[in-house]
Amino acid sequence: MTRRKPIATGSDWNFEVLEAYERELARLADEYRLDTYPNQIEIITTEQMMDAYASVGMPVGYHHWSFGKQFLAVEQAYRRGQMGLAYELVINSDPCIAYLMEENTLMMQVLVMAHACYGHNSFFKGNYLFRTWTDASSIVDYLVFARKYVAECEQRHGVTAVEQLLDACHALQNYGVDRYKRPSPISAEEEARRQTEREEYLQAQVNTLWRTIPERPAGEALPGLLLDGEDPLGLRGGGRYPPEPQENLLYFIEKNAPLLAPWQREIVRIVRKLAQYFYPQRQTQVMNEGWASFWHYTLMNRLYDDGLVDEGLILEFLQSHTAVVNQPAFDSPFYSGINPYALGFAMFSDIKRMCEAPTDEDREWFPDTAGANWLDTVHFAMRNFKDESFIQQFLSPKVIRDLKLFTIIDDDQDEMLEVAAIHDERGYRRVRDALATQYALSVREPNIQVYAADIRGDRSLTLHHVQDSRRPLGRSVYPVLRHLHQLWGFPVRMESIMDDDSLGRRIQWPLPDEETK
Amino acid sequence: MTYFIDRRANAKHKSAVNRQRFLDRYRTHIKRSVEEAVNRRSITDMERGEKVSIPARDISEPVFQHGPGGKRTIVSPGNKEFVEGDRLRRPGGGGGGSGAGEGGASNQGEGMDEFAFTLSREEFLDFVFDGLELPHLERKALVDLDEVRPVRAGVSRDGVPARMNIVRSMREAYARRIAMRAPIRRALREAREALDMEEAKDPVLRNPARIAELRAEIKRLEKRLESVPFIDTYDLRYNNLVNQPQPSSKAVMFCVMDVSGSMTQAHKDIAKRFFLLLYLFLERNYEKVELVFVRHHTAAKEVDEEEFFYSRETGGTIVSSALTLVDEIITDRYPPGQWNLYVAQASDGDNWDDDSVNCREQLVKSLMPRLQYYTYVEITPHAHQALWEEYEAVADAFPDRFAMRQIVEAGDIYPVFRELFKRRAAH
Repeated sequence: MTRRKPIATGSDWNFEVLEAYERELARLADEYRLDTYPNQIEIITTEQMMDAYASVGMPVGYHHWSFGKQFLAVEQAYRRGQMGLAYELVINSDPCIAYLMEENTLMMQVLVMAHACYGHNSFFKGNYLFRTWTDASSIVDYLVFARKYVAECEQRHGVTAVEQLLDACHALQNYGVDRYKRPSPISAEEEARRQTEREEYLQAQVNTLWRTIPERPAGEALPGLLLDGEDPLGLRGGGRYPPEPQENLLYFIEKNAPLLAPWQREIVRIVRKLAQYFYPQRQTQVMNEGWASFWHYTLMNRLYDDGLVDEGLILEFLQSHTAVVNQPAFDSPFYSGINPYALGFAMFSDIKRMCEAPTDEDREWFPDTAGANWLDTVHFAMRNFKDESFIQQFLSPKVIRDLKLFTIIDDDQDEMLEVAAIHDERGYRRVRDALATQYALSVREPNIQVYAADIRGDRSLTLHHVQDSRRPLGRSVYPVLRHLHQLWGFPVRMESIMDDDSLGRRIQWPLPDEETK
Repeated sequence: MTYFIDRRANAKHKSAVNRQRFLDRYRTHIKRSVEEAVNRRSITDMERGEKVSIPARDISEPVFQHGPGGKRTIVSPGNKEFVEGDRLRRPGGGGGGSGAGEGGASNQGEGMDEFAFTLSREEFLDFVFDGLELPHLERKALVDLDEVRPVRAGVSRDGVPARMNIVRSMREAYARRIAMRAPIRRALREAREALDMEEAKDPVLRNPARIAELRAEIKRLEKRLESVPFIDTYDLRYNNLVNQPQPSSKAVMFCVMDVSGSMTQAHKDIAKRFFLLLYLFLERNYEKVELVFVRHHTAAKEVDEEEFFYSRETGGTIVSSALTLVDEIITDRYPPGQWNLYVAQASDGDNWDDDSVNCREQLVKSLMPRLQYYTYVEITPHAHQALWEEYEAVADAFPDRFAMRQIVEAGDIYPVFRELFKRRAAH
């Protein structure tokens, strides 16, 4: 057994001790080939932590009441003791910024460093989604720019005007991302793309699409507009605009909304850019937390094995770790959905187990993984997947058994719920498919696209909601359409396309007269 | 590569702006909560913040979401007894067992019903006094300039050593030394040059007498140079202070209350709340606020707070006794030039028959000219008596500075208070 020479004992910390532990963590991380951005570790107070939480972890952000609401909610939860601040707040930037809270114990500080500075940090640098979608080196600069720009707009156009615009953009920000079109990895091409984008932007200022239509008072029909069926010259033919449905609503608004002023377009763009920046995080929750938990667990145990921490600290750690990766059962009062820490940690640990001690079952299910080098395999998994595909690829029967996962079908045409699959031989695959689907953003959020902008007629905007499994839109569609209407400036419509491709419910904003009554 | 940064000393309240934006946006909601709180709270309780709830529906940030219905497959952990093909009743009528996750209920925009948060004490009082202002604050500032405050006013040649301005004194000394030494130095230089010239001459041509004379001259000049003093009393400079008239920032508030038998404890509680609101309000506008409690039945007495609110008396009522006492106290202790004077009187309207006229005279002749503001609240559900009528005459005479209102129950206090101090358009 190793002679124990802990760097420090007790729960108090100071900067020398933190630095010493950080050096050891760096050494071990290197051993495990964890490639990270440089770490910038900031020691902050509770209140600053609440500030950081409130601004969704961004070190600088523009002002908006919704962040104030967030702050008040965090403060209230913290006061009631419902929430331990602390665990981790880490910013995907280069250098990677992590926060340590002043009043945490030494164990907590070391744990957070292992979790955030080596776990999350290496995930940000390694995972393909982050590599393709976000630019860690420029995000802080962009945030500073955004904050300044919004502040200037507030001065010039008034706080209320900017606030309303931001409200509208926030309502659509989940639809401000390019889901399938990836930015090109080559930087020269990237530059060229940005250049075209800027040209398109200028183009929008003199948008010929709208120029031919004279201004008119709201509510009146365009004078002399050809009525339906009275178009002998086919003026209103010429195909639909846009020719292909557009999934990025904010982008479409930014480039095509007829009445937005240039500064308003720029703010739409800012919200869109930030939504794009957060897009990978929303798709890799399980993997990201699982990866970080897997590594804090591994690194903390290595510190113990190397005799650098004492028994007290490792016991405190184990207690904390167990609480974090705990998964309450669905009928427990503490249940609040599947805990991404628990699922992710279980899966990464299981990959390691399959490599090191494969069973016959593992050989059958995962011929490539069973018996392979575990470090190579977890790195491969971390780099090349998102939650959806990671679960599809690596969720093993053992993890399904351990978590006792089961699926229920909730169909409004059936008065009972049905248990479709449980953790048995017949169910593994179906549970895995269902869980993967549950993490697919495309299923979690309604599928909504810009279908047509009536550029030759009344300038109305039509969206299509393509229904999936007959699931309708929630009632929030009305306020969101109201926001969209504010941006577009002309009537907006939402048409639901049913599962059998027929046209379903149509919603219009402003509401037709009979509905408002 | 890693570096640590200690940010603890950095500014807190990074979210202050956002927080304020939120409070501004939901001003009407919060005001309603605050109003209820003011009426509900016990009197000693105004010094803390307030928990405020807003219906979550009103502050939701809508996004496109799935509504209830359709077909969903939900994966949950912790299966105990289910096997494939089991059929279960829907728990609580729809929604399924998805728990929080995507929040089936909040899709409807009516999920968690209340958004609760806490206002700080400052924010709370801001809302309490929002849109209110003290009448005639500026009048005192412009007219009564008796109170003075010493302010720096340059430097002067005389003063006490404690106020000596070292830098200026040394500069003066340096200038004086330069000025006094310059002619001596010039003479000295000339003498030395002459001496050098004399000594450079051929020994035969030298004039020994002249040399001796020059040497003596040089010695004399060097001595004079040395004797120029390093510092002289003439050089000393002192920081000059002058007394500048200062708008008074002190206020005194007289709480006058009828404690005769007809005033019940409930009446007193209402009065106390009114006094407290006024006190908090004054405290926000003046650096220092003193309180004087005067209670009266047939005779008036100055008492401490405890006795004022809680001791019981019986007997009749002579209001003018209290006004006389207030008048005396002002004359003795609070010269109107230095103090902003406020009187708040609470009573149930009873008074000795002939006394109400005395009250009016006392007010019009002696008190009102010296006061900033006089508020009178009558706590009674009944019809007004003589006192109210006489006071109405006073209010006519001093429409800007005399205010009276009737309060029937505790819920009226805050609205009445707001009405009394409502910000008026500048005229």
